[in-house]
Amino acid sequence: MNDIDTSTLRELAATKVPPPAIAPARDLRLDLFRGLALWLIFLDHIPSNVVSWITIRNYGFSDATEIFVFISGYTAAFVYGRAMRERGTLIATARVWRRAWQVYVAHMFLFVIYMAEIAYVSTSFNNPLYSEEMGILDFLRQPDVTLVQALLLKFKPANMDVLPLYVVLLFGLPPVLWLMLRSLTGALVASILLYVVARVLDWNIAAYPNGEWVFNPFAWQLLFVVGAWCALGGVEKSMALLRSRTLFVLCIAYLLFAFAVTLTWHIPALAPFMPKWLAEIIYPINKTDLDVLRLLHFGALAVITVRFVPQDWPALTSPFLRPAIICGQHSLEVFCLGVFLAFTGHFILVEISDRISMQIAISAIGIALMVAAAAMIGWYKVIEGRRPGPRPPKSLGSDLAGGEA
Amino acid sequence: MKWVMRALAGALSLFAAQAFAVEQPAPPSCVAPEHVTHVEGKLPASAAAIAKEHRLDILVLGTGSSTLPGADGTNAAYPMRLKAALQERLKNVKIDLKIEVRSRRTTADMVKTLQTVLDAKPDLVIWQTGTFDAMRGVDPDEFRATLKGGVKKLQAAGVDVILVNMQYSPRTEMMVAAGTYAENMRWVAQQRDAPLFDRLGLMKYWSEEGTFDFSAPEAASRVAQQVHNCIGKLLADLIMDTLNIGGPEKKDPQ
Repeated sequence: MNDIDTSTLRELAATKVPPPAIAPARDLRLDLFRGLALWLIFLDHIPSNVVSWITIRNYGFSDATEIFVFISGYTAAFVYGRAMRERGTLIATARVWRRAWQVYVAHMFLFVIYMAEIAYVSTSFNNPLYSEEMGILDFLRQPDVTLVQALLLKFKPANMDVLPLYVVLLFGLPPVLWLMLRSLTGALVASILLYVVARVLDWNIAAYPNGEWVFNPFAWQLLFVVGAWCALGGVEKSMALLRSRTLFVLCIAYLLFAFAVTLTWHIPALAPFMPKWLAEIIYPINKTDLDVLRLLHFGALAVITVRFVPQDWPALTSPFLRPAIICGQHSLEVFCLGVFLAFTGHFILVEISDRISMQIAISAIGIALMVAAAAMIGWYKVIEGRRPGPRPPKSLGSDLAGGEA
Repeated sequence: MKWVMRALAGALSLFAAQAFAVEQPAPPSCVAPEHVTHVEGKLPASAAAIAKEHRLDILVLGTGSSTLPGADGTNAAYPMRLKAALQERLKNVKIDLKIEVRSRRTTADMVKTLQTVLDAKPDLVIWQTGTFDAMRGVDPDEFRATLKGGVKKLQAAGVDVILVNMQYSPRTEMMVAAGTYAENMRWVAQQRDAPLFDRLGLMKYWSEEGTFDFSAPEAASRVAQQVHNCIGKLLADLIMDTLNIGGPEKKDPQ
């Protein structure tokens, strides 16, 4: 899937210098933080995993999903925005939609793995305590309905909601890019309007057998579009604001506030310190509709990260960060592997041992496997000649965003 | 290879632990962490009924996890264990307990039957819910609103409510997003000043501490009975604590 994106870049390199609005070199920070987000998503997806205490959702309102969606929006706009400018709307649209199709197929692959696990559990699961919970296996009895609903992205098992969101966001990306190339601010305003209207009118996509999508695409599109907006020049436009001391202090204050609130969740003794009036205002923090509190929390994290981690941060090329960076460069494959490993890890914890040492081992081995897989995918691309010849294979500038827009 | 060794070591230690447990059949002590035993909320109608009329009419409204299969299931499940534990502590109080339990019901399904519940004129409703909503993926906002409406209706009719959330079920943990629904139940409990019995947190604690093994196929029905027995006892503790008429050691309010 990388050939197109890399060829675009080669063309770009050959034709003209990109406008200064877009950073010319590959921003390794994107890969690094997307790689880290993939690790955190993996850790969070293993239920009752002691290692998931290190993940950011325990220290503030937002979690790795926000990072993943934002960076995906950023890289998608970076890659396909250029394609649209250079090759026209039609070709760029075709490419984005092909990518959406790939994500869809990846999701269906994971669904099959999930079905396999469920089918296995259904034969070995016979505990009188859980006669009701076993009802979750009912859908195995009517595959005609279940499989069709899954293909329609309406039946989505728990923890398998990110890729369907990504499919929808990519599907809707071409008109956003089209508008963005004409009016950067206009596209952002339109996205904010859609977010507000969707939240006021309760828009979401229906799910099967009940309810609605866990990640409401009408709400989460805002973060994706903000990412795209940043990639296509929004950051440069608002540089003065981003560098301002006031914003920095506000962000720190907000992060501390969020941290204090999360402490009252984890330490029951602190719970009484949460003022009732404040609880009335901020709870429940709605993940489905991307609560403003979550959005602001991610924004504050991003502002502070960008300040402390410049694009030419020397550590970005150090071998210590390389494992995370290569994972971020092959995000779709690594994401899918992470979901699979979370299934497997949970399975081992339930069937073999759920001791803490086992939880730590599974977490560490899982991340090691993700890194190994990312390295292998990179190696495949090298031997298949998908990376441009003149540059040494190690040059990361070659396949921007890893084709993982 | 390392993980295979670890897995083997884990499996071996598990077997060893079980073999040991068979040799020493110590009764489980129903230990509960502070965040389960310490609960906010009020039970004014129950307190009044006990003080003035020396009686307490309880109704358990719930789904499949409020009962156990088999001929002796109802007797072994937590509602009847609660009745027994409570009767032991409130000797001079006539305790009546009705069970309104049916499998596969969402909170909305149960709210539709609330009139029947009210017709039974209980002082206290123990409302176990959330499981089927989580399994069906009911919209969490809707779930919260429905539950809140239901609790409000009961309280408006002068009935106390204790909420009981879902069970901790390791095998289906990956497939059912119980956490969101548990959070919403906690929130409703807080807003309506109704005590919440955190069965999810409690069973998770037992699983982590090794008090009970919820995954082992061996002796599953014995474990199930012990779990229900403990839940019944701890629910009785919660009621006694909330009524503030003495802990387990204080037998009678009079």
